[in-house]
Amino acid sequence: MSQPVLRITALRKEYSGVEVLRGIDLEVKTGETVAILGSSGSGKSTLLRCVNCLETPSGGAIEVNGDIMGYKQESNGALRRLSESRIAVQRRKVGMVFQNFNLFPHWTVLENISDGPRSVLRLSKQDAIERSMALLKRVGLQDRADAYPRQLSGGQQQRVAIARALALEPTLLLFDEPTSALDPENVGEVTDVMSDLADSGATMVVVTHELGFARAAADRVVFMDDGVVIEQGTPSEVFDNSREARTMEFVGKTLA
Amino acid sequence: MTTLSKDQTEVENTAMQQPRTGFDVAKALSPRRPWTWVITAIALVFGAQFVQLLLTNPNFEWDVVGQYLNSETVLTGVVMTILLTIAAMAIGLVLGGVLAVCRMADNTVLRTLASVYIWFFRGTPQLVQLIFWFNIGLLVPVLSIGIPFGPTFASIESNTLITPLLAAIVGLGLHEAAYQAEIYRAGLMSVDEGQLEAAKAVGMKPVRVFFRIHLPQAMRFIVPPTFNAIIGMVKGTSLVSVIGGAELLFSVQEIYSQTYQTVPLLIVACVWYLFITTLLNGVQFFIERHYGKGASRNGSTSPFGRLLDRRAALRAQNLARGSES
Repeated sequence: MSQPVLRITALRKEYSGVEVLRGIDLEVKTGETVAILGSSGSGKSTLLRCVNCLETPSGGAIEVNGDIMGYKQESNGALRRLSESRIAVQRRKVGMVFQNFNLFPHWTVLENISDGPRSVLRLSKQDAIERSMALLKRVGLQDRADAYPRQLSGGQQQRVAIARALALEPTLLLFDEPTSALDPENVGEVTDVMSDLADSGATMVVVTHELGFARAAADRVVFMDDGVVIEQGTPSEVFDNSREARTMEFVGKTLA
Repeated sequence: MTTLSKDQTEVENTAMQQPRTGFDVAKALSPRRPWTWVITAIALVFGAQFVQLLLTNPNFEWDVVGQYLNSETVLTGVVMTILLTIAAMAIGLVLGGVLAVCRMADNTVLRTLASVYIWFFRGTPQLVQLIFWFNIGLLVPVLSIGIPFGPTFASIESNTLITPLLAAIVGLGLHEAAYQAEIYRAGLMSVDEGQLEAAKAVGMKPVRVFFRIHLPQAMRFIVPPTFNAIIGMVKGTSLVSVIGGAELLFSVQEIYSQTYQTVPLLIVACVWYLFITTLLNGVQFFIERHYGKGASRNGSTSPFGRLLDRRAALRAQNLARGSES
């Protein structure tokens, strides 16, 4: 059996004494799409932000392709915190899409996407632009390459953000409520792109409130409540035959 | 169900009523603005009176103004004012940047040092600092370079080294740095946290995050108060006349102390100060335009900016047409 892309073990996170994550264990295999559900405050966004070191865990560990995120193991076996520059190198394997897009407003769409390949992967200008245009085409925005982010709709911005995350060819993609800031009519265009990605074999962890997307595109659904995983399984196992009362209540409320 | 159908009939009713009213705001008149005319009339009266004062009051001595406007002494003063501004502002901008970064650093020692610096140099008057630097020889008669508490390699008498010019540059520059540090800090804090997280998430290292994402976006908030500071510095250099630095005010003072043509020579100084600050306003416009890229959906908000936008759009159109044919 192959090594998982992502392995989270006994992860804890507390903010000034309040435990937000209380021992999370989770593995994601290559090509798998995992949807994380749960009511707000259940810790799902914090979990995702810990994976690419935007938050520092209070305990436990996160491994991506076998590397411990944010730490290195010294010869005597002890863990030592890495510097921000070293963490930046680790993050290159992990793409992230944010709820509020967070595109760089002073750069055009093309600059937003091609900067990573240029500065991080050291591609030539020509190659970086070619790769970026191919990604823009993939998300259906090749004619908006020269627009500034604020000239685009929310759905378009989020599709650009997905292209930006893909530009570094990460082994793992994280989505933090990618459709929560969108108008209802723009949600479909973003979930369509995400479903395509899932079908093409990308490894994805998606924190979402879109049960429709989770049911259609996720291989596995993880339900979190109060900082722990209380249930996980295939979409039909979790949605149609919930074992936990809390899951049933959430699914019932969200679908109603 | 019944309420729904009732709503529907109401919607249909309004839809039917619309053509009957036939209103169209496109043909509406402008609002009446009687006060505009009153204010214009008052402004014209005052304006005319002011112009009459300028032209008829002999004490302005406009011929004297013309005579000294580009005299050698005055021009030397103008150049000195500009050089002082550039040198002191350079110290202010660079040291201010270092102070701002220190003030926001994780390191407690750096943070404390920066805070103490800002507390001191912002808390004492600029003029006092200038006079103090000029008289530094009273405090430290000899300046020397060497190993702390060990041997010295070279030394020089303070009074030889610290000329009025150097005292002015150091005094104005160190004072400015304290203010500039706070301008940078305010700008840097105004950038959304999400921007920094997104930059980290695409694998940028801290230095790149700062110079490519954080600082460029902060510049929109840094540039206007910085130009305030530069313009303040142009005028602030006049304080240097107190310690005998031969800048613009000192030059005209030198002339009118002999000729007693105080008013026309102060006007000469004002004309030059206004000339320099007007140029700076123009520079500010273009720098703001540069850092405002992508800031608004609709492009520039100023009339001149819109004109430039239109020209750029036309040029792009022509280019596109050229590549087609």
